[in-house]
Amino acid sequence: MAISRNEVIKIAELARLHFTGEELDAFTGQFQHLLDYIEQLKQVDVEDVAPTSHVSLTKEFEKHIFRDDEVRPSLPVEESLANAPDPGAGHFRVPKVI
Amino acid sequence: MNLKDAHAIRDAVNSGKISAGEWADAALRRIEAVDSALGAFLTVEPETVLRRAGEVDRAVKNKSLPLAGIPVAIKDNICTRNLKTTCGSKILENFTPPYSATAINRLEQAGAVVVGKANCDEFAMGSSTENSAFRMTRNPYDPERVPGGSSGGSAVAVAAGMTPLALGSETGGSVRQPASFCGILGLKPTYGRISRYGLVAYASSLDCIAPFGNSPRDIALLLSVIAGRDYNDATSAPFEVPDYLSGLREPVGGMKLGVPREFFGEGLDPAVRSIIEAGIRNAESLGCEVREVSLPHTRYAVADYYVIASAEASSNLARYDGVKYGYRSPEYDDLIDMYRTSRSQGFGPEVKRRIMIGTYALSSGYYDAYYGRAMKVRTLIRRDYDRAFEKVDALLSPVSPTPAFRIGEKISDPLAMYLSDIYTVTANLAGIPALSLPCGFTREGLPVGLQVLANQFQEGTLLRFAENYMQAFPVSGPPMKFQGISRPEIED
Repeated sequence: MAISRNEVIKIAELARLHFTGEELDAFTGQFQHLLDYIEQLKQVDVEDVAPTSHVSLTKEFEKHIFRDDEVRPSLPVEESLANAPDPGAGHFRVPKVI
Repeated sequence: MNLKDAHAIRDAVNSGKISAGEWADAALRRIEAVDSALGAFLTVEPETVLRRAGEVDRAVKNKSLPLAGIPVAIKDNICTRNLKTTCGSKILENFTPPYSATAINRLEQAGAVVVGKANCDEFAMGSSTENSAFRMTRNPYDPERVPGGSSGGSAVAVAAGMTPLALGSETGGSVRQPASFCGILGLKPTYGRISRYGLVAYASSLDCIAPFGNSPRDIALLLSVIAGRDYNDATSAPFEVPDYLSGLREPVGGMKLGVPREFFGEGLDPAVRSIIEAGIRNAESLGCEVREVSLPHTRYAVADYYVIASAEASSNLARYDGVKYGYRSPEYDDLIDMYRTSRSQGFGPEVKRRIMIGTYALSSGYYDAYYGRAMKVRTLIRRDYDRAFEKVDALLSPVSPTPAFRIGEKISDPLAMYLSDIYTVTANLAGIPALSLPCGFTREGLPVGLQVLANQFQEGTLLRFAENYMQAFPVSGPPMKFQGISRPEIED
């Protein structure tokens, strides 16, 4: 499948990434190269094959995956905010949205 | 003081012969002596390390601890409370976790001393540690070559005698491949065997914390401590942790081993091939029964892996948005632009590449064609292993198609770099445990590891095979070649 520069721009927008014009040219080529490689998955017959999302999930395992809904201690607010670029009044501050 | 044998250190500390403080000091001095040439560590805080060793020395007065005073290196994508955890990324350059990973808590409760945070490819994405935003890590057997990756710093810490044990992480071979390139042991456990809580998420259906060491005994000791169910990780396995140390020396005569023919095809370096074939003959001479097996979907594994890992990465790395923690760009127009500029300035090229491929694979109209299909191919890869393990107890193969490659050799060709994971990614996709053990050296003096794979939760089989093999066929390499140190032995 051929991928255009414009499609790459669209995906970058979805991924919240920005590329300069020069980066975009190099990237579109690499992206195409990788997609061509991934394309080989289309040769595999996956008719009636169930997908695997959790690879070691057995019946015995399933018995244990739900835990009780109980209140447990959590991190104090100050520690939760300690790495924030712009904390304020017990919150994470962001640029004006509206 | 020899920093290679974790058991010996533990025994010396518990018996009061050599204190945890003295071992910590020895590790710090070794790092000081060799790490400017090797670049294994990103963060080492000597005062904190010595204070922590002092706590262990007080604790062992009352009772023996299973990991008493053992210095360990921790890959910098595993959270350590109050100790910077950067994931090798600019975006987390100043991130100090408010909590420790479960594996770290268990290590420390058992008396281990974390001596520092080890370099890695950014967010564990890479096979050479060249994608670190901060420094180059060099292979101790040839400083012009990579240590492997992504857990290159942890591997070098152990290989160059800075710590006897280290934690790395695996998503597609990031512990086995550097173990092979650096001539030590690396064990990727069964998915869910060790809690992932506090391991910075890359691809959640594949990620594992995984240990490095110099002997199967030491790895068994570490694994016995950190494995097991964790309330904080719903994917951690609720099964009892065996004592991996008992039974380690039981003979392997009669063990059935398979050699997957797909792992010996085109692209396998002839020097690696002959070392692995000699390793297989060695296994036969131990009384193992060796036969050829087939894992027919292996050829699709790298493509399958890159779709799944990138898709999950694009979702997991959405959290780096300059709001809650990590880098925020000083200049932006509005909220969306703040996300965009922070992420674009904070992430390196390989991380962006995988986020982009993953976003594409999950985007509307493409989900079924890429991620959906990849998860089905994953089922087929898993079934290949199920069939093989009906016939054999374990499989033998190379770890990587080549020995350590040169710095810069593959960095501009992402696909060539991805293909160096061709023999390791299937174990992650199938969720099975696999181990790399030292098997030989090439004529240029580069280490080559033998991969052993077993069915889920059969880590004990891998460690028993490795112990028997290494006792019978110890490998000794040429002297290490990094600046200022001519021999790998540790001198006081």
